[in-house]
Amino acid sequence: MRPKDELGRRGEDLAAEHLTGAGLTLVERNWRCPAGEIDIVAVDGGTLVLVEVKTRTSTAYGHPFEAITPGKLRRLHLLAGSWFEVREAGRRRPFRVDVVGIIWPTLGDPNVQHLRGVS
Amino acid sequence: MVARTLSVALLGMSGAVVEVEAHIADAIPGFQLIGLPDAALSDAKDRVRAAAANDGCPLPAKKIVVNLSPAALPKQGSTYDLAIAVAVLSAEGLVAAEAIASVVHLGELSLDGRVRPMQGVLPAIVAARAAGYTRFVVPRGNEAEAMLVPDVEITTVSSLRDTLIRHGAELDPEPVEPITLPVPDAVPVDSGDLADVVGNPDAVEALVVAAAGGHHLLMLGPPGAGKTMLAHRLPALLPDLDPEQSLVVTSLSSLAGQPLTGLITRPPIESPHHTSSAAALVGGGSRVIRPGAAARAAHGVLFLDEAPEFPTSVLDSLRQPLESGTISIHRANAVAHFPGRFQLVLAANPCPCGQYGTSDIPCTCTPIGRRRYLARLSGPLLDRVDLQLRVNRVTSSAVRLRGEGAAHTTTAIARSRVVAARAVARERLSATPWKTNAEVPGAWFRAPARRLAPAVTAPIDRALERGTLTMRGYDRVLRVAWTLADLDAASAPTAEHLGWALYLRKSVAA
Repeated sequence: MRPKDELGRRGEDLAAEHLTGAGLTLVERNWRCPAGEIDIVAVDGGTLVLVEVKTRTSTAYGHPFEAITPGKLRRLHLLAGSWFEVREAGRRRPFRVDVVGIIWPTLGDPNVQHLRGVS
Repeated sequence: MVARTLSVALLGMSGAVVEVEAHIADAIPGFQLIGLPDAALSDAKDRVRAAAANDGCPLPAKKIVVNLSPAALPKQGSTYDLAIAVAVLSAEGLVAAEAIASVVHLGELSLDGRVRPMQGVLPAIVAARAAGYTRFVVPRGNEAEAMLVPDVEITTVSSLRDTLIRHGAELDPEPVEPITLPVPDAVPVDSGDLADVVGNPDAVEALVVAAAGGHHLLMLGPPGAGKTMLAHRLPALLPDLDPEQSLVVTSLSSLAGQPLTGLITRPPIESPHHTSSAAALVGGGSRVIRPGAAARAAHGVLFLDEAPEFPTSVLDSLRQPLESGTISIHRANAVAHFPGRFQLVLAANPCPCGQYGTSDIPCTCTPIGRRRYLARLSGPLLDRVDLQLRVNRVTSSAVRLRGEGAAHTTTAIARSRVVAARAVARERLSATPWKTNAEVPGAWFRAPARRLAPAVTAPIDRALERGTLTMRGYDRVLRVAWTLADLDAASAPTAEHLGWALYLRKSVAA
């Protein structure tokens, strides 16, 4: 595993932990389809939550949130459609997209930030 | 978290105070600038972000929304940068919101966080002061200009960090080299002395009359008669500007982008070239409406050399300011007003070849060519010119006389006469809104209180009867006659003054 993928993996683990701590119930992780991947699928109350996790070691290339471009958000909304198609036989329910941004310096503790319901 | 501060949107000479509100939300980072910004103002987002980062107080990685209100007012330019940066960083909690709420911030940011000087600081501060605001933060480079406005509290800053510290942010000061405008070496304005003019005593006298009464002047004569030389000596004859006029003239100079070192106290002169467009003469522009030559000549002299060579439409654009004393520029999204009370001096050749009426070289123009040439100065325009005078070439005898030390008027002597005459006129007009004879409507001079004896007005009464003088022309002769009386410290014009006035007006009509 390349270092950057390894960092991403660690970030996703930490994000999953953080979301559970925040009261969300995890449904599955790294759900893939031809259109792309959803990092974490969870449920918050009655709402399905699709979570995108972005981890960086520093803000030298910008804050992790800044990497969540409008295009990436649009793709997540499209992926939601595919997910309902495959898992729920096309029955759609209300859902939202959350973003978890983690700054995890090579030597030091990670900083986790969670944005709910970004559009 | 929301923070607010203030800036100024300039439109012509007048300005509106703009509220800059910043809101920071926990969302995907972004920077949204709303409230009708133009392209240069939209770039403020990038300038503010870079300036803040390079000055050690980076903008938060959150969603920033900045609103410029009133949203309906079109805003342009880069002078909101400082206000935007301060509002955003205050919304982030770096500065207390109360510290900036009633402070007007002016200035553009450079990418390294320093504050750049801007154009129009003076009119912006004057406008905001009129709206009741007294605390200002301006770029260090505009310090001299901002200090000209009385009764306001000015803080000059050289960088964004400097600004934040002044507002109470807990940052370490980092001294930087402030950005300043290059100050031009003071060029001594040498317009020449009136004593340099050889011959043409009538023209010199007419110039003094024009200065004393504020009358518009047309000089007609062959090339080389000294028209331009005379016109350039007119501003030196005018008295110093009063404080109010100084502020107007200095504001216009600031708007025109000229670096200022102090209040301008002498009347300006503008002499646009005859290829000028109407926009260059009265002002124009689609987004930023800039003052033209006529506005920059406010309270001074607008000299149009070779006046018939100007396109008629350009000359006629001066009719509105001559009528109302204000220049209004109408554009699709705004109307700008500039002061337009200037003294118009026109110089013209009598015909295209310039020789008509001279004794030495014959004119080669056809009669129709001559007529068409002067007809370019439209009747309504010439109607406003009180003094119309013929200037002839200097003769050898005048040069010889001059060599023998004949009496001649110097600028200093002429100016003291002008100042004395204006004082007399102001005394007479003290109960009226006017200051000089040229502004007074004819009816006021014809009113019973100031009516002259029939014996005095006989020459112009006769001219009116014969039809060689119109009613409007009659009034103009009266106005000039009063100025002549003021110059002689007479209580009212005499028959001699009226005769002179008639001569100064009719010497062209031939």
